[in-house]
Amino acid sequence: MVERAPVLNFVCHAILIAGALAVCVPLYFAFVAGSLTIGEVQKVPLPWLPGDQFIANLQAAWVKANFSRTFLNSVVVALGITAGKIAVSLLSAFAITYFRFRYRMLAFWLIFVSLMLPIEVRIVPTFEAVANAALPLQWLADTLHLADLFGWISGHRVDIALEWNMVNTYPGLILPLMASATATFLFRQFFLTVPDELCEAARLDGASPLRFFWSILLPLSVPNMVALAIILFLFGWNQYLWPLLFTTDKDMATAVIALKNLIPRSDSEPAWNVAMSGALLTMLPPTLVILLLQRWFLKGLVDSSK
Amino acid sequence: MRSSAIGRDVAVPSAQPRSAAASVSHRAAARKKARPAQEAGLKRANFGEGPGLPTLLLLPQLLILLFFFFIPSLRALTQSVLLSDPFGTTVQFVWFDNFKALFANGEYRQSMWVTLLFTVGQNALTLSVALVLAFATDHIIKGRSVYRTIILLPYAIAPAIAGILWAFLFNPAVGPLAHVLHGLGIAWDPNLNPNHALILVTLAASWKHICYDYIFLVVGLLAVPVSLMEAAAVDGAGPIRRFVSIGLPMLGPTVFFLAVMNFIYGFFETFAIIDAVTKGGPAGATNILVYKVYVDGFVNLDLGSSAAQSVLLMSFALLCTLLQFRYFDRKVNYGV
Repeated sequence: MVERAPVLNFVCHAILIAGALAVCVPLYFAFVAGSLTIGEVQKVPLPWLPGDQFIANLQAAWVKANFSRTFLNSVVVALGITAGKIAVSLLSAFAITYFRFRYRMLAFWLIFVSLMLPIEVRIVPTFEAVANAALPLQWLADTLHLADLFGWISGHRVDIALEWNMVNTYPGLILPLMASATATFLFRQFFLTVPDELCEAARLDGASPLRFFWSILLPLSVPNMVALAIILFLFGWNQYLWPLLFTTDKDMATAVIALKNLIPRSDSEPAWNVAMSGALLTMLPPTLVILLLQRWFLKGLVDSSK
Repeated sequence: MRSSAIGRDVAVPSAQPRSAAASVSHRAAARKKARPAQEAGLKRANFGEGPGLPTLLLLPQLLILLFFFFIPSLRALTQSVLLSDPFGTTVQFVWFDNFKALFANGEYRQSMWVTLLFTVGQNALTLSVALVLAFATDHIIKGRSVYRTIILLPYAIAPAIAGILWAFLFNPAVGPLAHVLHGLGIAWDPNLNPNHALILVTLAASWKHICYDYIFLVVGLLAVPVSLMEAAAVDGAGPIRRFVSIGLPMLGPTVFFLAVMNFIYGFFETFAIIDAVTKGGPAGATNILVYKVYVDGFVNLDLGSSAAQSVLLMSFALLCTLLQFRYFDRKVNYGV
């Protein structure tokens, strides 16, 4: 930047081109494989140029992976996580920065603790929680002997068996992934930088807390919301472990899970052409998002990791 | 340590190693310092007393956390000290036997070793490639945004899909890169050779994650004050010398942060890559800890052992968070 260094410039461009190639080569071969017939894709070596079967393979993948249904599921889950997490986080960040109440620090720490543990480390108990979300209530009923109490009151023998199964439902796919505090902290940090004068002025004008939130804080937060929404959409679309545990019903699988079932295993027909075209199709929505909204995406990426 | 941090402050008064987010927390910290009587993290202009409304606002988040975070975490803790048969008919309290059994278990020790190899390898590869790319991006002027856009692409790609792409490239029967390796006389087969499988998942995991480290390093390098670089240039330091002696030390906290994030990524998020590519095989060569939790809990139905493993992983995640706090400390020290 300060001096002329043609050799170094050249080396730097070479490095970056190598990096860009390293990104593109797997994608290019996926495209090549996705455009061949099943016979051609097993040829060694793989042809360097794409064939003409891309559309046909896309159609095959679309049918085989039930993409018309699984894409819809992915969209619902990704948007659900995005909207849900942003809404919930906005409210709780508003509460812990703009209100003085007794349990404020307790609430803050309760939320903060959840930053630390990724969902992967507690999959089994979380799965139990989703398989029967009423389980804690059941324990409560059991320990308090509520059944006996009701039985005593009504004079009949009563059994309390609570069940609220969220497996194979959208809430079951969405809610556990909303249980983390990253977004809350992003908004908290932002709210702390909002000038105090805005709140004072709003109160002088007689605005209620919710009015202030809706008419002033929310519009100010739009850039942060957009940036975060992009990150959360990618996060939701690319989820794997959680939807994997819920594929008991094929109609509730997400696109990524359906795609995984397209990969040839050693004992099946090596239909890599269909699998690869399916892979390209599945990565298309998130790729479009970061290409079209790159500026927001960068802001969201850097902000949300703090 | 503190005095050295202050010394650095004097040397680089306006150094802000990170981006807008960093400056946000700087400002927040500065505010807190300016009004020590102020309750931490509360606006000066606030809506006063009354727990009713804030409780209502907090309720959705706290309920979700209660059901899907606190109760499951407690369940993991209690299950880790219980022994139950797969059908859940008998449950026994066994103190720390589950943990003792884990450490005595050769399979678990192998899994720890594999995880260590995998995460350290992934971390080293990701960080070094990202550093070189970030340096190159910082040096050139033309075409910067084009390169950046392409290098960022893998961020959009699900880990499972990244795994599938690489599994195809290195598929011993049809993969084009496997063909090249065979041509070089290497008997490449990740389905049979444990080392090959580990190399394959490490490559796929790094390919997916380099973009993350890269963008943080690029942003970090942009924040290095131009005056420092110019002063060094006047003193006769070339571009590489400037990067090594000024850019890298200024990036120190960012690199540390990224190393921790890479470990978290390697430990937890790479589950999808393992499951889609190797399923932990061959012979447990890619059976990383988080994958073992899943297999033991959902396939082998050994809940006690799985919970004990979860607890160990939780401790590790906690350790990472604490390390990040140290990083936050450093970052604050860099401020004016």
